[in-house]
Amino acid sequence: MTLFLLSIMVFLGGQVLPGNVGRAILGPFADQRAVDALNHTLGVDRPLLAQYWGWISNFVQGDMGTSYIFRSPVAPFVIDALGNSMKLAAVAFVLVVPIGILGGVVAALNLNRPLDRIISLGGLSVTVLPEFVTGIILILIFGVWLRWLPISAAWPRNAGFFTQLYYLILPSLPLFLVLFGYIARMARSGMIEALDSDYTRTAVLKGLPWRTVIWRHVLRNALLPTITVIATQTGYLIGGLVVIETLFRYQGIGSLIFTAARGKDFPMLESGILTIGIVYAVATLVADFLYSVLNPRIRLGSDQ
Amino acid sequence: MSAVQTTSPTPDDTRRRGPLAEVLLSLLRSGTFLTGFAIVMFWVACALFGEHFAPYDPLADDIINALAPPSAEHWFGTDQIGRDVFSRVIVGSRDILTVAPLATLLATVAGTALGLLTGYFRGLVDDVVSRILEAFMAIPVVIVALLAIVALGTSKTTVIVVIGLSFAPIIARTVRSAVLAERELDYVAAAQLRHESAVHTMFVEILPNVIPPILVETTVRLGYAIFAVATLSFMGFGIQPPSPDWGLSISNNYGMIGGGFWWTVLFDALAIASLVIGVNLAADGVHGALND
Repeated sequence: MTLFLLSIMVFLGGQVLPGNVGRAILGPFADQRAVDALNHTLGVDRPLLAQYWGWISNFVQGDMGTSYIFRSPVAPFVIDALGNSMKLAAVAFVLVVPIGILGGVVAALNLNRPLDRIISLGGLSVTVLPEFVTGIILILIFGVWLRWLPISAAWPRNAGFFTQLYYLILPSLPLFLVLFGYIARMARSGMIEALDSDYTRTAVLKGLPWRTVIWRHVLRNALLPTITVIATQTGYLIGGLVVIETLFRYQGIGSLIFTAARGKDFPMLESGILTIGIVYAVATLVADFLYSVLNPRIRLGSDQ
Repeated sequence: MSAVQTTSPTPDDTRRRGPLAEVLLSLLRSGTFLTGFAIVMFWVACALFGEHFAPYDPLADDIINALAPPSAEHWFGTDQIGRDVFSRVIVGSRDILTVAPLATLLATVAGTALGLLTGYFRGLVDDVVSRILEAFMAIPVVIVALLAIVALGTSKTTVIVVIGLSFAPIIARTVRSAVLAERELDYVAAAQLRHESAVHTMFVEILPNVIPPILVETTVRLGYAIFAVATLSFMGFGIQPPSPDWGLSISNNYGMIGGGFWWTVLFDALAIASLVIGVNLAADGVHGALND
């Protein structure tokens, strides 16, 4: 449903609003016949409904159209870029999920003590900052002053896994910071609620060691809402990728969309955005699945 | 939720001053709010009167002194065509502090109207509008904005409208849930029994009672609006040259930081950071004051 609405919005935004596509490509001085001919070749002189149907049915079959700028199919560009973005997002996620959860758990266990204050306030402050601001500051610190990390994410050709990882640390840090606050806050409030609950009191009162109470009773309940937050943040993460990839000159889906937007390359732009929508929908689905696996109370069907 | 509860049963005229004074008092006692408010007011002052106390004209170039590091004459150094970075940072607050609040205002007005409608009528209106709003919220704001701005062309008005409309669903959701709680209360039933029109019931009876959550959501949104405007400007789709806007300055200068010209971007970045954190601290204070 969401994807359907998104596809319509993307289509309208990309095809209808910019007006005459042929004119936009050929410039204001081109011959009208050339413009008409190009419009006909691109198929943008057909009725809207036919255009939408043609576009969406091709997209579903993996044909994303032809780039106005590169004059070649869009799909390989999008797939390459998506792969690159996945690498960057994966680095950020692998770093932020455990550390964020740990931060939230530690804060909750030290509720209202200085450590909690530092984690909560620090997390909140870095979360609200735009990625390019933290990005610039991190580049200055680690790339320009300390010279520990490369300031661009474009690694040398045929770079191995670890070299790529090395180039991805700095770009993933701003994403890490933004997500850290959210995840830590959710984990913290989930923990506080779980620690305050009757089942925790029961577990403590029946003499279970504190460690067992935390691991078996508290954590499992506390982290459920966090999983949902992590999934909803995927959409956010992708928005962040547009900025980060531009800042670090990284060939991902974000910079693909950005470049396409600048060059008014609509097939590229539309495919890029729709691809992101699909990724987001898949992430939400995975989160729902994980949630039901981890929470026996809402597991569908019965295995008794 | 508790904000709704504390204000809703208040009879209109007898205690109108009471809660307001209380809220103001607890705002003034909140260190978080005062810190945030002071930071925001500092930048508002810069936006309003910046050119009077900025040492140089933020747009005047001076090619001979281009890329000069910070010194006694130029506290924050100069940029690639010799413009004084200090003056630019001060005056650079103006555009973002015009665009972001206007976008937030638009979002609040549109979101409140939508929230009242969907919360009050429920049923089909609610279902249809809520589904559309959900779909809308699933897409990152930056992407919506990018698409809309490319299609509509770049201008301050486009940025205001695009950010305003993309934030409206979020405010609508907050208002809707507050209205859902309110509409079950007796004063709404009384208004309906008096045969007041739906518009009257929504805007005269219910609206005053859902102001606290709207206020909280608005201050929070203002932080995000600044985030969004700064980001769009950095991407080149927001505020346009020759404005000394912070995001725009960073976008023009960050290509050279590999060469060590850190002063051309650091101060703009810190300015955005301080403004965003200031607004969020203030929002946190407002939230605390209204929920006590």
